Amino acid sequence: MPFGNTHNNFKLNYSVDEEFPDLSKHNNHMAKLLTKELYGKMRDKQTPTGFTLDDVIQTGVDNPGHPFIMTVGCVAGDEESYEVFKDLFDPVISDRHGGYKPTDKHKTDLNFENLKGGDDLDPNYVLSSRVRTGRSIKGYSLPPHNSRGERRCIEKLAVEALASLDGEFKGKYYPLRSMTDAEQEQLISDHFLFDKPVSPLLTCAGMARDWPDGRGIWHNDNKTFLVWVNEEDHLRVISMQKGGNMREVFKRFCVGLQKIEEIFKKHNHGFMWNEHLGYILTCPSNLGTGLRGGVHVKLPKLSTHPKFEEILTRLRLQKRGTGGVDTASVGGVFDISNADRLGSSEVEQVQLVVDGVKLMVEMEKKLEKGEAIDSMIPAQK
Amino acid sequence: MAAKQRQQLSNSNFWTENLRLTVGVTMASSFGRLMSGRGAAALLAGLGAGTMATGFLGSENGSLVAEAKKKLYPPSSDFPDLRKHNNCMASALSPAIYAKLRDKLTPNNWTLDQCIQTGVDNPGHPFIKTVGCVAGDEESYEVFAELFDPVIKDRHNGYDPRTMTHPTDLDASKITNGMFDEKYVLSSRVRTGRSIRGLSLPPACSRAERREVERVVVTALAGLKGDLAGRYYGLGDMTEKEQQQLIDDHFLFDKPVSPLLTCAFMARDWPDARGIWHNNEKTFLIWVNEEDHTRVISMEKGGNMQRVFERFCRGLKQVEQLIQERGWEFMWNERLGYILTCPSNLGTGLRAGVHVRLPHLSQDARFSKILDNLRLQKRGTGGVDTAAVGDTFDISNNDRLGKSEVELVQLLVDGVNFLIECEKKLEKGQDIAVPDPVAQFKK
Repeated sequence: MPFGNTHNNFKLNYSVDEEFPDLSKHNNHMAKLLTKELYGKMRDKQTPTGFTLDDVIQTGVDNPGHPFIMTVGCVAGDEESYEVFKDLFDPVISDRHGGYKPTDKHKTDLNFENLKGGDDLDPNYVLSSRVRTGRSIKGYSLPPHNSRGERRCIEKLAVEALASLDGEFKGKYYPLRSMTDAEQEQLISDHFLFDKPVSPLLTCAGMARDWPDGRGIWHNDNKTFLVWVNEEDHLRVISMQKGGNMREVFKRFCVGLQKIEEIFKKHNHGFMWNEHLGYILTCPSNLGTGLRGGVHVKLPKLSTHPKFEEILTRLRLQKRGTGGVDTASVGGVFDISNADRLGSSEVEQVQLVVDGVKLMVEMEKKLEKGEAIDSMIPAQK
Repeated sequence: MAAKQRQQLSNSNFWTENLRLTVGVTMASSFGRLMSGRGAAALLAGLGAGTMATGFLGSENGSLVAEAKKKLYPPSSDFPDLRKHNNCMASALSPAIYAKLRDKLTPNNWTLDQCIQTGVDNPGHPFIKTVGCVAGDEESYEVFAELFDPVIKDRHNGYDPRTMTHPTDLDASKITNGMFDEKYVLSSRVRTGRSIRGLSLPPACSRAERREVERVVVTALAGLKGDLAGRYYGLGDMTEKEQQQLIDDHFLFDKPVSPLLTCAFMARDWPDARGIWHNNEKTFLIWVNEEDHTRVISMEKGGNMQRVFERFCRGLKQVEQLIQERGWEFMWNERLGYILTCPSNLGTGLRAGVHVRLPHLSQDARFSKILDNLRLQKRGTGGVDTAAVGDTFDISNNDRLGKSEVELVQLLVDGVNFLIECEKKLEKGQDIAVPDPVAQFKK
């Protein structure tokens, strides 16, 4: 459902100048790229489900951003948003995804056998491995826009699909609304439970409406495959385990995803995907693979090396603290994951993580022995 | 677009079935002559929900998909889960009412779901009953009357908008005994809100509408003279120094963090078109585009409530005159009095109060009962949801709707004088009596 003023047709009685948001103190992709001309061109448009330009940009208007961190500042309300508002989304996508052009094609490859190696990361250094992505269900509006009825349908479909999984994928669904205290405690200690979004980036985009209606967590009995329902995307799918066997994690990820997709297709609700943008998700930053593959790895020496940042950049990797995005590292342990999402396939992105982390662990070992690592520094990938 | 035309256009939309933006100015102006002043407002207010515009959801193309969606998702599939909720909206909203109102639109395209979103997102507190719904425009109270009327009844002690009328009286000269003993009363304050007719309310307004509210109000305030002459500080462009001064004066309001407000879309585009105006003497203060179009506050140290209320009424009347000169007016009607965003502020929107020292009385077991019977409430000196510090309390009127401004302020005055008498008696070791309950509004 539209929220805020967005269907207020009185605003079309006012000129573009009078309606245009004040973005003078803003630092996000949307604010950089939205001109008055573009605003004027698109402001009376809407997608077939009624999402408007003001809906798209509200989160970016309300959150000026950070002088050092570039947030995206716009969201999609449905699959068609990326088409109807392409005059804004194309430049934002290009800016965010390294110059990706409107004519570029994105390759999807979820064939885990194409990954080379990945099963021999040293568990003395690599403490855990994880791959996550998101999926949107075709035919439904996205979290900024969907009504309670739609959200409940998505939950129902997801629960049905997941209930039919078996073998290592057999599991259970915990709706947020009705979980017991004991279940909640368990999910918190497993680090599975997601909370009501407090980040204004999400709340200003309307994603926390009606909380916790239609939201829940599903995980398999082994606690290695986890699905979040109706948080920031329709589905967030996570495969994880302790240790360094990223190959196994990625295999489970691909197999699980494909099983789920088949079931949704049978219900005539496949995943949102096209050959230009790959998998369609709420935030433009997650287009393409929507994949973040990463490890928690001990790099106390390498992380203090002056070339650490450069090495990461060249390897097309990024670092985070072990609490996730916006946290600091604790005890020299870092979360290292792929930086790219769009323009390379799942296999390619996980390959970068596997090869890059392997190299960095070798560098760490060298530094432990007091040896130099300059000859190991790679070329830009 | 000129203010007069703009207002006339919105008034004409009130009557049209179709939400077309091409309503000609000539058509609008003939309606405009009918639509002016309190008489017209009462006329419009008297209309039932059925005559209000029920437009299409969006554009021509959108309407087909919207129609299909309505069939796919009947109201029953969208009905919110309110089982764990405790607010006035949750008490009043039945599946039947929801089904009837879900697909209706105000002339502004504001929907029921948008009215109730804040109440769905904020289940409330077992002890405190919040309201749980807001209006997006003046017409919300009409189009969604089947929800708002019981909410109003619940919140305002049984006031029935279908059968009762609300009295407005801003003649401060009628107040008697309005000068408190300053040994006990430290400060006196009266606040209310006003909305500009023809512009959407804070949950629903576009940036241009909000900027228009700011323009209309600031232009009017610039015309105030004498003890009311003052200055406007836009939130977005005040200097550090101005900001610090406003904080020290306890005038500055901040971006809302309460989810009751943010979930009602009131913090959008912050701080665009928000600001604070106050007179040079710092006794008359106006907030622009916070929770309402305007919040108007008259205050001073000491116990001269008479003067505070006199300034309040004078200031309000002058501002009203100044906006009328430019073709604008306040939202008001006979059923609901002054129209504000939250149903709890309908009627007078008035909270008159004092900071008063009651060291003995506040320890007496009968204190709460006395306040109840006097139709007063106590708060800490930090305002709503704060605790009292020491023995100083914020005492103010409970009611907003069904009694006039003069009646409510007189109630406060009489009540506070009574509390002070009690305090003096207890000081001397004499006993006090709990007063009879004050009468409710005349039915």
